[in-house]
Amino acid sequence: MSLVRLGALGVGSFFCVAVLWGAVQPRDAVVPDPVKALYKHPHAIEWVHNGAGNLGITGTFDRKQLQRGFQVYKEVCSACHSINRVAFRDLADLGFTAPEIKAIAASYEVPSIDDKTGEPATRKGTPADKFPLVYPNEIAARAAQNGALPPDLSLIVKAREGGTNYIHSLINGYADAPASWTVPDGLYYNPYFKSLNIAMPPPLAADDQITYVDGTKSTREQYAKDIAVFLTWTAEPKLEARKETGLAAVIFLLIMTGLGYLSYKKVWADVKRKSA
Amino acid sequence: MSFPWAKQYQPTTEIGKFFDKQLPLPRFVYGALGAGYPTPKNLNYFYNFGVLAGVALVIQIITGVVLGMHYAANTTVAFDSVEHIMRDVNGGWMLRYMHAVGASFFFGVVYVHIFRGLYYGSYKPPREVLWMLGLVIFLLMMATAFMGYVLVWGQMSFWGATVITGLFSAIPVVGSYIQTLLLGGFSPDNATLNRFFSLHYLLPFVIFGVIILHVWALHIPGSNNPTGIAVKTEADTVPFHPYYTAKDFFGLGVYLTLFAAVVFFAPNALGEVDNYIPANPLSTPAHIVPEWYFWPFYAILRAFTVDFFFIPAKLMGVLAMFAAILLLFFLPWLDTSPVRSNSYRPLNRILFWVFVVVALVLGVAGGKPAEEPWVRLSQVFTAYYFAHFLIIIPLVSRFEKTKPLPRSISEAVLAKYGNSAPGVAAQPAE
Repeated sequence: MSLVRLGALGVGSFFCVAVLWGAVQPRDAVVPDPVKALYKHPHAIEWVHNGAGNLGITGTFDRKQLQRGFQVYKEVCSACHSINRVAFRDLADLGFTAPEIKAIAASYEVPSIDDKTGEPATRKGTPADKFPLVYPNEIAARAAQNGALPPDLSLIVKAREGGTNYIHSLINGYADAPASWTVPDGLYYNPYFKSLNIAMPPPLAADDQITYVDGTKSTREQYAKDIAVFLTWTAEPKLEARKETGLAAVIFLLIMTGLGYLSYKKVWADVKRKSA
Repeated sequence: MSFPWAKQYQPTTEIGKFFDKQLPLPRFVYGALGAGYPTPKNLNYFYNFGVLAGVALVIQIITGVVLGMHYAANTTVAFDSVEHIMRDVNGGWMLRYMHAVGASFFFGVVYVHIFRGLYYGSYKPPREVLWMLGLVIFLLMMATAFMGYVLVWGQMSFWGATVITGLFSAIPVVGSYIQTLLLGGFSPDNATLNRFFSLHYLLPFVIFGVIILHVWALHIPGSNNPTGIAVKTEADTVPFHPYYTAKDFFGLGVYLTLFAAVVFFAPNALGEVDNYIPANPLSTPAHIVPEWYFWPFYAILRAFTVDFFFIPAKLMGVLAMFAAILLLFFLPWLDTSPVRSNSYRPLNRILFWVFVVVALVLGVAGGKPAEEPWVRLSQVFTAYYFAHFLIIIPLVSRFEKTKPLPRSISEAVLAKYGNSAPGVAAQPAE
């Protein structure tokens, strides 16, 4: 068995020397990354749906806000961005009634097949359909968008660091580039975007760009908040059910664990007494 | 079971007697998890984690089997089918979050379980086979978790599969053939997804089988305990049921409460945002990282930055990463100290905690981009990782002066609780 330890000494020394040899190599001088220097992290702000303490344990969506966010999406974002994972029927979560959802669905044309000729055609949407794609495929999107690809927004909040805060910061984050930074033609400077150069023009550039029907003040700040919350819902439509179930589950488990602790103490009482 | 005072199963009902003659399953359970398994009476809460790991596996299998009913292993629809589960399947969001968070929790409890074994010397004779079976389970878990992560077919799934299978290409001569065999092609594609789904469904049941062997091997010598000294008399033990079933139930409650808190209130906290972007072979994420439970090994992999004589750096990293786990198989023969528990090994106890810190720092470094200071930090700590097991432990176990051991578990328990009990004189139990 001393052979094992001898072998271990050899293998151990081998790996140690090899890795430390790398550690003592001189490093290339660090070139400061200009993107890192200018990049800004999203601002964390309080959201109604995050509930008490912004912890995400309680809290429900503000239905009015979701509807306003949907309005922003429809009037602005939907020109280029799809929400293809969301079905029209899901809009019931926003407080829309069945006839309203039918009407919204019917205002969209969805791909179908002509039932006489079999040729590709379109038809009016029904509540069971998903929101249609804006472009049939990536090539079409890039051709229409000067080479850029507007991502589908269904999951965008879960697909970016910062989530809801990211959308809010990005929408309002457009700024003039500092002198040290050159923005390529056709792109815009936005320090909240990972490469700083975003192809999307400022989508919500002015107050009063959208007229809210519920009388909420039409400001850029409000638009950014509303669209961020709407996209939080498209990414996590079961958020409310999740928290509701979670609270019930945790309360149940705490009681169960408490009873478990008492029975553990009772079962062990005689052993502890005897030992003591 | 080996202890002569173990209670024997006595069927009391007619039907009980009937089955005991033909298929003594109740007798088996009675001896394995019931009153027929005498267990050291001084096990602390760290000894709950084996049962917790078993429960974690069962949760993964149950949620996974149901998820498999709705998932489609085809690159064109895999990501969509996961979102279908999240949005349209009744309770699908809960199943998927339980499965994803459950994988993290499974590794969490298994890591505690392994470190418990390291601290109390549970790998030492007569439990070497038990230890090695545990390591086999750990390796199978890593393969299963990796393949499950690929099934989502998000960006990190795809690029993780590219990186991890690419490791095998570093092996001389046969490397690229192995990589092609694993992928079923030259890059991750439909063939990859299909074989990973098949294996991801198979391996948990293999793990289950090895767990049965692991528990069998446990029951031959019986559980180790915090003193590390062997059970001598009946006074050292209590029957597993009701004593440890009650304690495990309480531990399970605490575990499930924490699990539920993460599943329901922060289900994506342990994941990577990039995996909510569908896989795109034409767009490489800026920062490819595995899930947190692979970070220490990922740090070791990336710590080898220069060629070592004729061995390319990449191959060194791959060898080191596999060696980092495989060396644990030799631990019972590297640590020759006759004393099991670190409670009586003053020097080794300090080294144990140094190793815990090293493992944690490697974990943090593995999750960071390959930049300074993290690269250099991983290099120094990787060196310590190997030195710890392969050089320091064999030496320390030979020269360390250990503290005197209590004569029995009962005596140790008395020393701990004896003085605090009023009115009862502390006397060594016979």
